[in-house]
Amino acid sequence: MAYSEKIIEHYNNPRNVGSFDKNQDNVGTGLVGAPECGDVMKLQIQVNEEGVITDAKFKTFGCGSAIASSSLATEWLKGKTLDEAAALKNTAIVEELNLPPIKIHCSVLAEDAIKAAIKDYAEKKGVEVPGSLTAHH
Amino acid sequence: MTIKNPIYMDNHATTRTDPRVVEAMLPYFTEVFGNASSRNHLFGWQAEDAVESARAQIASAINADPKEIVFTSGATESNNLAIKGIAEMYAEKGNHIITCVTEHKAVIDPCKKLERMGYNVTWLPVQKNGLIDLGQLKEAFTDKTILVSIMHGNNEIGVIQPIAEIGKLCQERGVAFHTDATQTVGKIPVDVKEQSIHLLSFSGHKIYGPKGVGVLYVRRRKPRIRVTPLIDGGGHERGMRSGTLNVTGIVGLGKAVELCVAEMEEESVRLRGLRDYLRKKLFDNIPEIYENGDPEHKLPHSLNVSFSFVEGESLLMGINDVAVSSGSACTSASLEPSYVLKSLGVGDELAHSSIRFGLGRFNTKEEVDYVTDKLIAVVEKLRAMSPLYEMHQEGIDITKVEWAHH
Repeated sequence: MAYSEKIIEHYNNPRNVGSFDKNQDNVGTGLVGAPECGDVMKLQIQVNEEGVITDAKFKTFGCGSAIASSSLATEWLKGKTLDEAAALKNTAIVEELNLPPIKIHCSVLAEDAIKAAIKDYAEKKGVEVPGSLTAHH
Repeated sequence: MTIKNPIYMDNHATTRTDPRVVEAMLPYFTEVFGNASSRNHLFGWQAEDAVESARAQIASAINADPKEIVFTSGATESNNLAIKGIAEMYAEKGNHIITCVTEHKAVIDPCKKLERMGYNVTWLPVQKNGLIDLGQLKEAFTDKTILVSIMHGNNEIGVIQPIAEIGKLCQERGVAFHTDATQTVGKIPVDVKEQSIHLLSFSGHKIYGPKGVGVLYVRRRKPRIRVTPLIDGGGHERGMRSGTLNVTGIVGLGKAVELCVAEMEEESVRLRGLRDYLRKKLFDNIPEIYENGDPEHKLPHSLNVSFSFVEGESLLMGINDVAVSSGSACTSASLEPSYVLKSLGVGDELAHSSIRFGLGRFNTKEEVDYVTDKLIAVVEKLRAMSPLYEMHQEGIDITKVEWAHH
């Protein structure tokens, strides 16, 4: 399969690889996927008192498209409010990376990882989970 | 010595046609272009001579009689002809077939089709090392068993099944024994008499010959085996496979076999050395990797390794100027990880993380060095971004984690 240039670029230079201390109360962690399925994403957000994501990091076990999807997601998250982040859709990732149909699940996984991270943060903080998350799933 | 990119190390899939084979084939396109069945002119006689000389080359390579060689379009057709042909020919004698879960799809799918038609198929499991258990095979025979089909060398993990022992068990019981020897003919010794083989399939393009031509060996004596043809027509190949003979391809296949046999002793030592070097370099430099398939009973040019905590397709992407293949679901059309690795009991995660190296006639030590150096770096990079590796380092057993399946 031929990869889009953007996927290759993210694969070669992944943004924001790493981890925050998941026990810190300003950090939300989302861990989604399963090794048996061939992809696991860990996506973390660091949120300030105003509810704005100041930093994001990821680690991904998966194909190039999964790595690129999560790398792109961390880039987009920075500077967004939790509400804005919760509204991010996988289709935007598909479009940006030109993911082929067989790789759409990678973008779905990235969306799930974002939502899981926000939920984790909200539950930790005891704040309300953004509306678009409770409506989803 | 400089390395020419991209590097081809996927010789289980196919091989480069040897230039000596191409040279042997060329006159048969434009000069000796006759139909081997044309019995009344020189063009036909010359074509027939060429086919018969290839038939003799091939027969001698596997210790068969030339009359026992049936030309086909490739190993898939040969496997189909053997399995369906036996099933139909011996339907009155019985309806039971024994095969194995790690067979190539060209054996599995014909057997599944027969199953749907009412035949009983025993799917032998394999042990952790990829080999079948002969005790289980013995127990699987019934008085209705008409065919055992067990491959010689496995195309994914390179393990070599004990076919002489299997052949003996079949011979004793009067059951036809077919082996798919696509990965072994020309690579390691194959002897249909010594190994009590009744039917044997292989193709040209795995042995530096052309694509689109293959062989089914069908034994004529002790016992005489007969198969019902799949393709009816002019009665070519003693009625077992009609259709104008692919003279050019057959000449190429004959030449390819001749070269492989002539060079086997030296070449298998060279390839084994190269493969052992590849294996050692990987294992010396990368922790947490596993070899799939028995390390001893293995084709000399073959190596299949799982790299824990990194996914196969992303590995391949990191060595994109090297052609190898992966058991990762992402690299297969079915989105399922390799069924062969799964049947060894390799977990799905490690199946996704596997790479198959297939060394060949044209690979060099410099290429092995290039590939291993690159892989060492890529595995390190991908592990640094793998959440599984991070969990592993934190002491978490990832097989015990409850993953949210999606």
